[in-house]
Amino acid sequence: MPALTVPAIAPALPELLLAAGALVLVLIGAVQGDRSRGLVGALALALLVAAGLAVAMQPAGRIETFNGAFVVDGFARFMKLLTLLGAAASLILSSDYLKRERLDRYEYPILVVLATTGMLMMISANDLIALYVGVELQSLALYVIAAMDRDNARSSEAGLKYFVLGALSSGMLLYGASLTYGFSGTVSFPGIAAALQNGHSAGIVFGVVFLAAGLAFKISAVPFHMWTPDVYEGSPTPVTAFFAAATKMAAMAMTVRVFVGAFPGIVPQWQQIVVFIAIASMVLGAFAAIGQRNIKRLMAYSSIGHMGYALVGLAAGTEQGVNGVLVYMALYLAMTLGAFACIIAMRREGGMVEEIDDLAGLARSQPALAFCLAMLLFSLAGIPPLAGFFAKFYVFAAAIQAKLVTLAVIGIVASVVGAYYYIRIVKVMYFDEPRGAYLPMAPGLKLVLGVSSAVVVLFWLAPAPLVGAAAAAAKSLF
Amino acid sequence: MFGLGILSGLLVLPLVGAAFILTLRGEEEAVRSNARWAALVTTVATFVLSVVAWQRFDGGNAAFQLVETHAWLTDSIRFKLGVDGFSMPFVLLTTFLMPFCIIASWQPIETRVKEYMVAFLVLETTMIGVFVALDLVLFYLFFEAGLIPMFLIIGVWGGKRRVYAAFKFFLYTLLGSVLMLLAVMAMYWDAGTTDIAVLLKHRFAPAMQTWLWLAFFASFAVKMPMWPVHTWLPDAHVEAPTAGSVILAAILLKMGGYGFIRFSIPMFPDASVYFTPLVYALSIVAIIYTSLVAMMQEDMKKLIAYSSVAHMGFVTMGLFTMTPQGIQGAMFQMVSHGLVSGALFLCVGVVYDRLHTRMIADYGGLVHRMPVYATCFMVFTMANVGLPGTSGFVGEFLTLTGAFKVNSWVAFFATTGVILSAAYALWLYRRVIFGKLEKEKLKSMPDLNYREVLVLVPLLLLVIWYGVQPGAVLDAFAAPTTELLKSTQAALSAAKTAALTLH
Repeated sequence: MPALTVPAIAPALPELLLAAGALVLVLIGAVQGDRSRGLVGALALALLVAAGLAVAMQPAGRIETFNGAFVVDGFARFMKLLTLLGAAASLILSSDYLKRERLDRYEYPILVVLATTGMLMMISANDLIALYVGVELQSLALYVIAAMDRDNARSSEAGLKYFVLGALSSGMLLYGASLTYGFSGTVSFPGIAAALQNGHSAGIVFGVVFLAAGLAFKISAVPFHMWTPDVYEGSPTPVTAFFAAATKMAAMAMTVRVFVGAFPGIVPQWQQIVVFIAIASMVLGAFAAIGQRNIKRLMAYSSIGHMGYALVGLAAGTEQGVNGVLVYMALYLAMTLGAFACIIAMRREGGMVEEIDDLAGLARSQPALAFCLAMLLFSLAGIPPLAGFFAKFYVFAAAIQAKLVTLAVIGIVASVVGAYYYIRIVKVMYFDEPRGAYLPMAPGLKLVLGVSSAVVVLFWLAPAPLVGAAAAAAKSLF
Repeated sequence: MFGLGILSGLLVLPLVGAAFILTLRGEEEAVRSNARWAALVTTVATFVLSVVAWQRFDGGNAAFQLVETHAWLTDSIRFKLGVDGFSMPFVLLTTFLMPFCIIASWQPIETRVKEYMVAFLVLETTMIGVFVALDLVLFYLFFEAGLIPMFLIIGVWGGKRRVYAAFKFFLYTLLGSVLMLLAVMAMYWDAGTTDIAVLLKHRFAPAMQTWLWLAFFASFAVKMPMWPVHTWLPDAHVEAPTAGSVILAAILLKMGGYGFIRFSIPMFPDASVYFTPLVYALSIVAIIYTSLVAMMQEDMKKLIAYSSVAHMGFVTMGLFTMTPQGIQGAMFQMVSHGLVSGALFLCVGVVYDRLHTRMIADYGGLVHRMPVYATCFMVFTMANVGLPGTSGFVGEFLTLTGAFKVNSWVAFFATTGVILSAAYALWLYRRVIFGKLEKEKLKSMPDLNYREVLVLVPLLLLVIWYGVQPGAVLDAFAAPTTELLKSTQAALSAAKTAALTLH
């Protein structure tokens, strides 16, 4: 009988911390009931911070554990920190909102922690089974919090839509995984890569196509984006912020690792898929957002477009490209969190307002808020010297280096179209007549908005630390 | 100080002023007044600092001077600043005109003064940045960053169709420049750096040059603006507040010409030669067609805007003659046009502030009520026409000389533009200033007040001074022009030998 060896668990410490912590939080909630809301929320935040510290203190270099199913490298650490940052920030954004909307149940922070655990698992997954486990853990928690405002038809609809379409995409992911396993004989990413070194069969390409479809679903890239606007609009706004910030980080990290980690031998095969998805996302994100009146729907289309830009980096299939994706996601995190902090701040006496016209004249009623939002929007449009410009710079530079000039030209022209709808919001805020101020912002909102605006406006003064960290992280994949 | 050189100082100073104005609190009237004074002090200080920089600048030297580098994106994309004979005059022009813009906005701008002054100061930083950047990415950053404050200036403080004009300005110029960004990246991967001084010595393959040239051309032609992509300019000019028009005409348009001389011609000499006929054709169409269009305008600002397009036609024509006369003349024309068109917009602003209309038909016979104004307006009109003795003459004459040397037909067609410019400018002057003073509203118009005299007279003296003594400006351009022509010729003959050995 072979001796039972216990796998090294230290590399998975952040995940274990979150999982165990979530169970403790459930106990606290079950015993104390709804009185424990504040305590559970604070502890969940502390857990996320602790997990972030655990990630930051992990030793450098690449470590595999659980028989190669779980890997921690520079790439994983970088993306995990972003994900945890996004999750923590959206928890901070949610506290005041949920209280006012009477949605503050103790389950919410726990579900966020569980979803985040799944996300970290997705980022570190080094075989197809671990990947699927991570995806499902994340998705199940997300379905529930999307429908958390259960008396609201839109929120229930959002949850249901997300669930049905998410299940479909999981199915496609599994189908692709099984094809890949069948034709390569292994589920581990390095194993697949090794098996493909000496040529590949058509079955593998089928597998890649289905995997790509499932992954595109998770990052809401065209043509698998249909759920995004409805889910963004229907879910409670802090939940939307969580989807836009944390979920996107993990899904993009997973996408990059699958393509670059498992299929480096057949770059031309998946490159065309990624190029198509990127172009379709950028163009649809730019044109479909023009007609939107609801700012949450607009942000949904905006996020579709931005995933397209990030994929431009992946399409290059090079270390430069991955570097671009990492820089893009980091800066997109700052921009999207700031934008959602502003959206959550749109509250008048009668409740939340979500129409773009409700921002009219904000520059006169609340100049500071208007200035921050304007800078975030210019940055999302990619206007220098704001952070969004550098994000686009790196992905497009990688595309040019990989000779994907057509992709770069289409993308950059789409970004001009996209600029139109961003500056239209600036126009509403700055050129139109005021419609009355909002209620004062909660301190948490101010904190998130202040930090993200500072990052966006001042990034050009000291871009080197982030760019350097992203470059080191990208190197670890190659 | 803090390891920063004098050029960083020029970039930081307006930002410091802007930050100070943002912190102003208190009674509305006091805040307004303080914001105006703070902006004025900041721009004057920036001007003084730029004069100091000019003193340290050696005009006889063609190399980049006052160079400073700081760590930035990567080892090969650095925060590098420096000036040479092509850029120094534009830095001075920018800092010189800014205080006048602030003074010209003193009374006309009454709403949201604080934000207005902040936008102008930020705009000043980006404009100076364009001219002092010695790294291509940094150049692009400043080149585009100016869109944000200008968009707000047009959109918030502009006229009736301000929203349309602001959007058109923003999207038009953005669309033009994004292709340049892709070209910058391609150059980065080819040369391994975006340091302008290194790129000037780098030889790009001729096939690649063609694409790079076209990408840069898309950006600079829109900014310049050249026919047929000039249509954003009349709208932006008409709707912008007076000081915004001044900055647009005097500085922002010059970025296109500066881009041609800094990047297109020296970095892509083969492509520049190849595309010269295209540039000539577009320049001549611009000179003749937009002059005719200018003649038919009923709006004073629009007329001056179209005349700017025509004058920029001389600049592009002169630059691409690649003769010393043509290039120096084009550069001089840009400086002179900066002063003259800026002054003309200020002149329109003077009567607009009194009557709130820009229609030519609403005026007439102003000379009876406003003799000082009529005199100033006359000098600037003459300079716009290109009368000898004003700065406008020198530039046009030199560019035409250069063009004549290369292609006499080009010179012939361009010369008709001189005649046409006399027609529209003098006709405008006649309709506004001369004639009977019949309209009731005009009968109580006061002449220039001290503030307006203070703005217009220095410009007037400078326009005449440079018309009589153009040497001071031309000398600055001389050294880099010689250097530019030498390197371009060397590159061209190298390409020719390569082509010969190939056959």
